[in-house]
Amino acid sequence: MSILINQATKVVVQGITGREGQFHTSQMLAYGTQVVAGMTPGKGGQMVLDVPVYNSVAEAVKEQGADTSLIFVPAAGAADAMLEAADAGIQFVVCISENVPTLDMIEVTHYFDRKGVRLLGPNCPGLISAGQCKVGIIPNHVATPGPVGIVSRSGTLTYEVMFALSQRGLGQSTAVGIGGDPVKGTNFIDVLKLFNEDPATEYIVMIGEIGGTDEERAAEYIAANVKKPTVGFIAGQTAPPGRRMGHAGAIISGGEGRAEDKIAAFKKAGIAVARHPDEVADLVMKAAGRS
Amino acid sequence: MNIHEYQAKEIFAKYGLPIPMGEVATTPDRAYSAARRIGGPVVVKAQVLVGGRGKAGGVKLAKTPEEAREKANAILGMTIKGITVKKVLVAPAVDIAREIYLGMVIDRAKKAVVMMASAAGGVDIEEVARETPEKIVRTTVDPTIGLRDYQARDVAYGLGLAGNQVKEFVQIAKGLYQAFMDNDASLAEVNPLVVAPDGKLLAIDAKMNLDDSGLFRHPGLDDLRDENEESADERDARAAGLNYIDLDGNIGCLVNGAGLAMATMDAVKLFGGEPANFLDIGGGARADKVATALRIILRDPSVKAVLVNIFGGITRVDEVARGVQIALEETGTKVPFVCRLVGTNEAEGRKMLAGANVAWAATLSEAAQLAARAVQTGRAEG
Repeated sequence: MSILINQATKVVVQGITGREGQFHTSQMLAYGTQVVAGMTPGKGGQMVLDVPVYNSVAEAVKEQGADTSLIFVPAAGAADAMLEAADAGIQFVVCISENVPTLDMIEVTHYFDRKGVRLLGPNCPGLISAGQCKVGIIPNHVATPGPVGIVSRSGTLTYEVMFALSQRGLGQSTAVGIGGDPVKGTNFIDVLKLFNEDPATEYIVMIGEIGGTDEERAAEYIAANVKKPTVGFIAGQTAPPGRRMGHAGAIISGGEGRAEDKIAAFKKAGIAVARHPDEVADLVMKAAGRS
Repeated sequence: MNIHEYQAKEIFAKYGLPIPMGEVATTPDRAYSAARRIGGPVVVKAQVLVGGRGKAGGVKLAKTPEEAREKANAILGMTIKGITVKKVLVAPAVDIAREIYLGMVIDRAKKAVVMMASAAGGVDIEEVARETPEKIVRTTVDPTIGLRDYQARDVAYGLGLAGNQVKEFVQIAKGLYQAFMDNDASLAEVNPLVVAPDGKLLAIDAKMNLDDSGLFRHPGLDDLRDENEESADERDARAAGLNYIDLDGNIGCLVNGAGLAMATMDAVKLFGGEPANFLDIGGGARADKVATALRIILRDPSVKAVLVNIFGGITRVDEVARGVQIALEETGTKVPFVCRLVGTNEAEGRKMLAGANVAWAATLSEAAQLAARAVQTGRAEG
């Protein structure tokens, strides 16, 4: 089992003819993901890596039965790409694009809520259900199937933790990168809820960072609802206030979003907090009684 | 990107906000002539992109043009939170009966723009939120219908405004909302919005932060960028497409990914070192970008060691190693390097740096410890 994606997932890649879209499509195909269609306006009728390309998402849905979309479209066109996917009947949209304007995301997330379509991202690495399906850009080699569910605001930190867990023989059910933007689709609590209900997930790793108060709310949710052992890490303890640390959402402003507050909230919720990324795997091993 | 008060006022004025407009001056003499043109008492206000100007002595009342020159002379060149004041705004002084706070922000949890107002104007809204949260009135804007009159009226009544003031407030609130939306702002604030003794509302301060991701569709706004907001290193890094922030320590950090870059700084600190910078080279960086990044890091004389932490996926380790090689040869630096390079083409990368002043680490915690030690000994040992 896994959450959100599995062997049955049928993916359409929006922006498949671009450099990024093409490279990551090849990686997904190598991982066994069913990439059934690509979409680039004006390039309909072409084939990319033996995948048929369509002019619209609606065509990809109609012709190939795509149910999930992955977006590699530059920021200026990203909102349009997301809205098109939701309008075409796609049920789950994953947006990798970064630097999407926040006001665009406010409109997009409201539209998705109204349509009842799930969005992951933007500015995220996507997700991988180990051994089954990958939708996004997480490196194939870091994942091994197993009992640990990961949800994270950071791409590379997710890879780090997956790699360390895999090296210690602890595989993952699904790893979900929710992205580093202030306004985004799926958030910590949405994923935690799914992990909590997923029988294949026995342990949860949650990786947060400075900015906003999503981690604090997630900690409250865990304290009230989650019985599975949870390990947490927060990046940005040494970040200066008022500066945007790479991710648009990683900024301490108005005394809100500090690492120490998030760590305190985690501890209060009974989450084992790692001091550095290497320690995350150690703490999961400990929770699994294997250290 | 943050813009100055005088720039925000110019934008807000276009949206009909009642703003007593002033003039910007870069010398005491110009402040004097500005005050003469305005006539009557003025306020001389430091234009810096940090909060707490008033407390730092950067805002002064002047009753005459001569006094404006004196005050400008004192304020120009002063340092507020590390920033040197290069401009002052000379604005008409206004009699105040009451001060109100009015702001528009993005509420991440609600995924919406929220209008906030408080009867306790003139103080930081964060302070009000902490001390007397009940004094804050809020309304959430539905993006499909925008800010409506009734919402602004509710807030006005919540602030205890009455009669014509309510009408004025609705116009101000809607103007501020439109300025926010049209310019891809992340914050638009009038603090204080004052009630003058004659009952009229006046916006006497203005603050606006812009969403960096929205700048591409407002070419004119990028010209408002204050070069002093960033250091020379930060400016050069931005031009090269690097996410870079100067810090006070002595261990330079070069990392791929924003989260990993923050975690690397934190690990450096945890193991007794002090990070000199935040740097995310992004995904898939090529050798020339890495070399540029290292040139920027190495021109800081306080850097005593460099930690390179790459978890390669799209980023190829051999490309990073080649960039390190180029920077080492070009700069001839004696600063020891600690490298932790994992992932695609790892072995090739290591081979390229054989014989250089480089210590190798398998994990981030090991790398952070080795970097702290390298600062002490001046040598790369691992």
